[in-house]
Amino acid sequence: MTAAPTTVKLKDRSGRAGALRVWVWGAAGILALMVLWEVYKFLGPADGVVVFGTRVLPRTSDLAMPHLWEMFARLAEAETGAPTADPLWYAVGAAALFSLGIAAAGWVVGVVVGVALALVMLRWKWAEWGLLPWIVLSQTVPIIAFAPVVRNWGIQLDPPFFAWQDWMSVALIASWLAFFPVAVGVLKGLQSPETMHTELMRSYAVGWWTTLLRLRTPAAVPFMLAAMRLAAANAVIGAVVAEVSTGLRGGIGRILIQWAGQASNDPAKAWGPVFGAVALGLVAAGSVALLGMTLRKYRRQEEGS
Amino acid sequence: MKHSTKRHPTRSVALSTLAAGALALTACGGDNGDDGAGGDDGELQQISLQLQWLPQGQFAGYFAAAEQGFFEEEGLEVEIIESGGDIVPQDALANGEVDYAIAWVPKVLETMEATGAELVNIAQVFQRSGTLQVAWADDDIEGVDDFEGQRIGSWGFGNEWEIFAAMAEYGLDSSTVDIITQDFNMNAFLEGDIDAAQAMTYNEYAQLLQAENPDTGELYTEDDFTVIEYEETGGAMLQDAIWADGERLAEDADYEETTVAFLRAVARGWAWAAENPEEAAETVLDAGSGWDFDHELWMVNETNRLIWPAPDGFAMIDEAAWGDTVAAALEAVNEQGDSPITEEPSDEAWSNEYIEAALADLEDEDLDLTGESWAPIEVSFESDGGS
Repeated sequence: MTAAPTTVKLKDRSGRAGALRVWVWGAAGILALMVLWEVYKFLGPADGVVVFGTRVLPRTSDLAMPHLWEMFARLAEAETGAPTADPLWYAVGAAALFSLGIAAAGWVVGVVVGVALALVMLRWKWAEWGLLPWIVLSQTVPIIAFAPVVRNWGIQLDPPFFAWQDWMSVALIASWLAFFPVAVGVLKGLQSPETMHTELMRSYAVGWWTTLLRLRTPAAVPFMLAAMRLAAANAVIGAVVAEVSTGLRGGIGRILIQWAGQASNDPAKAWGPVFGAVALGLVAAGSVALLGMTLRKYRRQEEGS
Repeated sequence: MKHSTKRHPTRSVALSTLAAGALALTACGGDNGDDGAGGDDGELQQISLQLQWLPQGQFAGYFAAAEQGFFEEEGLEVEIIESGGDIVPQDALANGEVDYAIAWVPKVLETMEATGAELVNIAQVFQRSGTLQVAWADDDIEGVDDFEGQRIGSWGFGNEWEIFAAMAEYGLDSSTVDIITQDFNMNAFLEGDIDAAQAMTYNEYAQLLQAENPDTGELYTEDDFTVIEYEETGGAMLQDAIWADGERLAEDADYEETTVAFLRAVARGWAWAAENPEEAAETVLDAGSGWDFDHELWMVNETNRLIWPAPDGFAMIDEAAWGDTVAAALEAVNEQGDSPITEEPSDEAWSNEYIEAALADLEDEDLDLTGESWAPIEVSFESDGGS
């Protein structure tokens, strides 16, 4: 607590110059990846690197690793030969937006459920003992086993007030992956105030709810932001994988497998959805970062660490 | 005071959440697929058909029946559900999620024996197998008897049984082959990771003919490959068939009636696709298939070859072919020593009753439902830089 003023000053300095630096490093990272791709393609052995019968580095053929410029050029061309076909980048972008929407819905549900579980586990110790193992266990269920079951529920479920849509099954699976880091992280955050502080609150005769609001919640914010970032990444992965698993049309997951089938004839096209998935992840992570900006004043610990 | 009053709402919220969860669970177990039989006069009856894969020329007849209004003329509105990675059509049907499903015969027999599900093959749309094993022409694989010790490609998930049935036919030891799981494309074969790749006549074989030979810059031609057809070598099994729910057929007269109406529309759809392959390819593209037109047209044309001619009539189940499939499935042993089925399926697993009724209803119409006058078209590929 005593170090707070200095950290605030540090944060101010890192505000403008730091933001620029983040962008520069981000761009440099992407550039380095691109250079690595082309350098490996140029220098790497045509047959890749095989260690003990397992290929650890890919082949460098045009089929396995198209040139970056070919992939970018392909993005500008039409998706198919049909006269009405959209350019590939447009198809990828539309699919990425579709998946982003599903991931966002899954993320919101995951965050709400995760926070609710954390509160229940905070309030009753026995709930923590009883629930936490199940919460951890829930993440060991493989999506491919889970997805057809959820789709089946979706088909048979007839909820009141609205019609269950196929994308909701996918969002549900995304939320399944998203709630986990939130439940665990927020619980840890809410439990993070020192005993001294909670006892001080108790000595003021402050109730559980007020302690939660005034002490525990502010202390949990840094944990929560980290958890929400993990949840965003999980929601995106969950949405894309569940799209493939349940056979939902419209998103990145679908074009990923559909165009993978065309990779023998049109290798560069199959990489389009990969770019879409990368953009999707960046936008999702960026959105959570923006959310974090609005909660700046609670982020002392995170900045300090 | 504050403390205790606040606790009750939370508790009741928790209780109602539990109650809602329990309700949802019971709802799941409840209405098993009675959504198909509620057709009233005047209104279209909603039914669903589960495909095995993404929309593509392999399923042209169903999309054509929807697009050309054949389903509607039968009073049906058919939701054609595409499959992705993990949707198994026969499971979806057995679970009551859909009213009909398209699936390969050995895969369904395997599921039926493993789970006890009662499914019925009501229309054998593909009269013959379209599975190939493709090797390089300059390699030493000339036939199934050269498989031992080779890296043989397959997609797995029940697509591999024809390979093992053919090997059993030749008395070969399946544990000597190295089964390599194939991706959605032919890259593993083109790059040399697989000695003989599994390919459907209507899809993957065309992928090879559309791929560029890096040595010449031209597309590969049929001369570059050795093509082994399971239909010729033995081991072939019946593929795309329409499956219905056996229990519902036995109990539900409406479902039986719907089944015949559905098959009438499907027969007209495939007859239309046989006559209009170009338009059928367009229809499938409009339905969301992502292939280029040439590939789609190839697919429709090759699919037509598997359906027509059908001497006994469209999608009639040939008892001998069914018996061959069962025998092949009983004989096939994979590299781990497993077989898809261990005993003969019940006679209830197939029935010509519904397709016969449908074909009889269509007799007076000007339709070629045996494929007598049908002939395949010529489809070729040109190099156009990849799109």
